Amino acid sequence: MVVALHERGLFSWAEWAERLSTEVKRPEAATDGSDYYERWLAALERLLAEKGLAGHEEVDAVAAAWERAAHATPHGQPIVLENDPGRSSGL
Amino acid sequence: MAARVRALETILTRKGLIDPAAIDVIVDTYETKVGPRNGARVVAKAWSDREYADWLKRDATAAIASLGYTGRQGEHMQAVFNTDETHNLVVCTLCSCYPWSVLGLPPVWYKAPPYRSRAVIDPRGVLEEFGLSLPKDKNIRVWDSTAELRYLVVPQRPSGSDGWSEDKLADLVTRDSMIGTGLAREAA
Repeated sequence: MVVALHERGLFSWAEWAERLSTEVKRPEAATDGSDYYERWLAALERLLAEKGLAGHEEVDAVAAAWERAAHATPHGQPIVLENDPGRSSGL
Repeated sequence: MAARVRALETILTRKGLIDPAAIDVIVDTYETKVGPRNGARVVAKAWSDREYADWLKRDATAAIASLGYTGRQGEHMQAVFNTDETHNLVVCTLCSCYPWSVLGLPPVWYKAPPYRSRAVIDPRGVLEEFGLSLPKDKNIRVWDSTAELRYLVVPQRPSGSDGWSEDKLADLVTRDSMIGTGLAREAA
């Protein structure tokens, strides 16, 4: 996703590396690097929010919809956003 | 975490900023098509072709691109050559900048804080943990990658490989030997 967004010209690779570096340097980051992908995600969310491409509240709301859809989907079936029982909230 | 990743993908797709099919292509490229064999071909060519080696030393970005390997992020490449006197080791102390176009995706340890910090503080100790004991009088030079500049180590050509084809030479070049945490395989 990061590579695709960069290729759309939405940010420079230096901007991305700077955000990622900030996230992995945080004192609460795991010392063994086991949370590397969480740090990566945090860096991407921050960059997208700064660029006005996806705000935190918007991400929270859609993530919650995905969680509800996952709970509402019978085991073994693909999870799709349409399965979210709270869909009427306009998402 | 999976829900947040899906949420980002959903939002960005709705806004037309990403195409999920294009992302599948990118993932497939790095998982199955681009890997350390690219770098091995660069090294094997440098071992067998002096002019190419000189070009690689002068302008690694162009010399590597001539074999069809170009960085997606427009980063520059620098090739650092191991010699009898100096061994080169590559790290990214800030995050995990890595020469994807020639080495594929980085190994887990490359992204881990212990390697990122200790490669600079105690490179000799780190190399020993990789099973590589260098003579005391050999210098170790550590190169810190950035978003704009990535390094490729050109290991020393193993003795006994005279006259070998580039394909055969490339088989001696391991991923770790191009990061500097190993040497090329011995010529058997």
